[in-house]
Amino acid sequence: MRTENTSFPLSDKLINDFEVYQSDIKQNDTEKIYNIRKLAFADFLKQGLPTQTLENWRNTNLTDVYNETYNHYYQSPEKIEDIDKIFQCNVPHLNTLMLASLNGWYVSKDEALTKLANGVIYGSFAAALLEYPEIIEKHFAKYADNAKNGFTAINTAMALDGFFIYIPDNVEVKQPIQIVNIIHHDKNICLQSRNLIIVGKNSKLTLIHCDDSYNHQKSLSNTVSEIFIDENASFDHYKMQNVNNASTLINSSFFHLERNARICSNGLSLNGGILKNDNYVMMDGEGCETNIYGLYLMDRKQHIDNLVHVEHLHPNCYSNELYKGILDDTASGVFNGHVIVHKDAQKTNAFQKNKNILLTDKAKVNSKPFLEIYADDVKCSHGATVGQLDTEAMFYIRSRGIGEHNAKMLLMYAFADEIIQKISVEALRYRVEDMVKKRLRGELSVCDQCVLHCSHPEKEFNFEIDMTKV
Amino acid sequence: MANTKNNIIEEVTNSEYKYGFVTDIEMDTAPIGLTEDTVRFISSKKNEPEFLLAYRLKAFKKWQEMTQPQWAHLNIPEIDYQNIIYYAAPKKKKELSSLDEVDPALLETFNKLGISLDEQKKLSGVAVDAVIDSVSVKTTFTETLAKQGIIFCSFSDAVQNHPDLVKQYMGSVVPYGDNYFAALNSAVFSDGSFCYIPKGVRCPVELSTYFRINAANTGQFERTLIIADEGAYVSYMEGCTAPQRDENQLHAAIVEIIALKDAEVKYSTVQNWYPGDKNGVGGIFNFVTKRGICKGSNSKISWTQVETGSSITWKYPSCILLGDNSVGEFYSVAITNNLQQADTGSKMIHLGKNTKSTIISKGISAGYSNNSYRGLVKISKNAINSRNYSQCDSLLMGDKCGAHTWPYIKTENSSSIVEHEATTSKISEDQLFYCQQRGISTESAIGLIVNGYAKEVLNKLPMEFAVEAQKLLSISLEGSVG
Repeated sequence: MRTENTSFPLSDKLINDFEVYQSDIKQNDTEKIYNIRKLAFADFLKQGLPTQTLENWRNTNLTDVYNETYNHYYQSPEKIEDIDKIFQCNVPHLNTLMLASLNGWYVSKDEALTKLANGVIYGSFAAALLEYPEIIEKHFAKYADNAKNGFTAINTAMALDGFFIYIPDNVEVKQPIQIVNIIHHDKNICLQSRNLIIVGKNSKLTLIHCDDSYNHQKSLSNTVSEIFIDENASFDHYKMQNVNNASTLINSSFFHLERNARICSNGLSLNGGILKNDNYVMMDGEGCETNIYGLYLMDRKQHIDNLVHVEHLHPNCYSNELYKGILDDTASGVFNGHVIVHKDAQKTNAFQKNKNILLTDKAKVNSKPFLEIYADDVKCSHGATVGQLDTEAMFYIRSRGIGEHNAKMLLMYAFADEIIQKISVEALRYRVEDMVKKRLRGELSVCDQCVLHCSHPEKEFNFEIDMTKV
Repeated sequence: MANTKNNIIEEVTNSEYKYGFVTDIEMDTAPIGLTEDTVRFISSKKNEPEFLLAYRLKAFKKWQEMTQPQWAHLNIPEIDYQNIIYYAAPKKKKELSSLDEVDPALLETFNKLGISLDEQKKLSGVAVDAVIDSVSVKTTFTETLAKQGIIFCSFSDAVQNHPDLVKQYMGSVVPYGDNYFAALNSAVFSDGSFCYIPKGVRCPVELSTYFRINAANTGQFERTLIIADEGAYVSYMEGCTAPQRDENQLHAAIVEIIALKDAEVKYSTVQNWYPGDKNGVGGIFNFVTKRGICKGSNSKISWTQVETGSSITWKYPSCILLGDNSVGEFYSVAITNNLQQADTGSKMIHLGKNTKSTIISKGISAGYSNNSYRGLVKISKNAINSRNYSQCDSLLMGDKCGAHTWPYIKTENSSSIVEHEATTSKISEDQLFYCQQRGISTESAIGLIVNGYAKEVLNKLPMEFAVEAQKLLSISLEGSVG
């Protein structure tokens, strides 16, 4: 535990707001939930915001972010008209069930919560607090460990809305669910959102999670997702990040797997000021399988920090991590991998790999693939490489009459392709292929970058996308 | 099978530490505890020049401000720094002029250790500087080496006879405030070895230091300083043993290597301090700072270590690759058994252009031990076209031990290539079966496999050490089936 007392405008503001907006914060809470919030707040008071003195944060400097002043909102915004127009996805042939949030608040033109005939419930976390407190109480703050860092603690204490998805036992959700977070505000904004996703026994869910921003204001987004995957269930997770260069995203996902559950998570970070993606996977049963992939393409002053923490608690589990990144200009990338194989987790297979390409001398990479193993009958490996485009491959392509620029593009694309091919939703894969190509060509400009592809950025707050053209 | 396994493990864990004897030599000791007076006592006892005392006091002051580091994956029992004797020297009866006058008990000690200080050793061509309880007792071959201009003597002799060199280089690689244990050492170091190879000289023999902790309740704080001037070459070996005692003893040493232009230094260690008994009682805390700097272009520093002893090891031999085209190497086999803990690895700091480094680390953990590799590879902005290759493998024997890998990779330019690979596994049943089916007993098969596993590193050891290291390997692990 840290001993020094670090105080920043941001933490002071948050501490102050917890008291001032007490009634707003607890408006939907049951007593039990509010007690959890109070405990988490006490935890936050103890540890404060994470600084570089913490091992997992030592390569990500957020001091400037902490010293910034933001607007915080503890009331959901007015009902928004034309939701269809605001949140539309132009990914061709991608047929998803779309849920949307604006600045951390769930928005929809119908009910805040939808219950389907097969028992699937989805919608606003705030509404679920009121309507399904028994489900929330069972899972809320059970997997997200407040001790991990101050952001998780303060999120548990103060996040009021987000997404709630409940898949009962024995339901295979054919249509992927897509959640879109839009950050749009004319002032600096700090938002905290909380997602709870429960996949019941033998069920199956594919989730596409997009973070986008629409303007150029500074923002800090602190999102915590708790994902519970019950026995034999399967969960596919795609995370797309395309936010402006003034945005800071702190994304912490806590996966809890029961026996024979499997997850596949794919993080695609294409743009953002500072991105911190923490994935904690707890495999609490035999025969679990975890695949975590990540691709990051960073340029300018962008910074990305990916943390993958996988715990093998029981025998016969499998985990595989593959993170690849291309860093241009003065961008910096961090990979924190940590696999812990506990004492009884025999017959564990755990693999970790991080590969980086640095395009300039000012780009930086910090890679820390850790292995901590207490069982003997295991197969574990990790690898990390940092290098540049293969000169021989380059020569080969060029000797066949392809220009240097194109050859470079081809090689970079081939490097990224390994991750893209892991995307099993076909329409999404095509789209990501296209976006990665654009990104590598530098065409993915701030406005063109988002999945939404709004064509008239000068128009105010209106993501005009015509679905009929799709 | 399980039964044999248990027997074998038992056998291994019961295998005795054969260097655990105590020699009865009259000692000259400092009063127990550490204060500024202790530092002054040591300094005056050794009749040191003013600059050294000042250095010690600065370090002592710094040490008082620091706290013991907690980041390592080690469980270090609280150390009472006031309950340690910081200076223990074999009492000098009179000046020694020949080997015959050395205390026979002392000679006996070294004979037991298998190091004979007498001239017979000439045949094997090893010059030995023996350090007992941090005081250098006898250095062989000094004269032969002196003909070539090589200075190889105890650190205190160097302070008296070559103060300029000591003043220039001491603390230039490991500054006194580098870390907690380095500061402690800088304040209270009692002796050690000093070696200077002049320009263009290739040291004709292997230089060797043997460290031994003998007295009870003492800490050993020695310093080694090796300077290889332009175009020089030296191969340096270090060995260590300690008696069996119930309390833990502290060993906090510093090794500094300076390689100037075109120089090459090869530093090999077989560390076999008393590891404590099978219940984890006693043993040496081995907290050592070893660092070399490739100051000139085309220089090379190579660390080879075989770590089998110590109850706790905290040691990261490092290379600062400052000169262009310089090369750093680190080869390590670390074995932990019973309740031993080791957190060891290497740091390669690339600063110059076209610098190369290789890290090969093989960890073997058995019993209830924990064995960690912790390493840093840093390629700075100006280290263009640099290359690093790291490989760290862990072998687990038994399900109660742990093997961990904590690599740090920092790259700041686009023309360098860094590769890191690591695997963790146990001895495969296929390999064992293959050997057994050819009539090799389980025990020999394991010895064979482990030796093969460590071969890459053992090959880097000088002959004299390689033999000892192989024996040590088999003593430590023969027959453990994972």
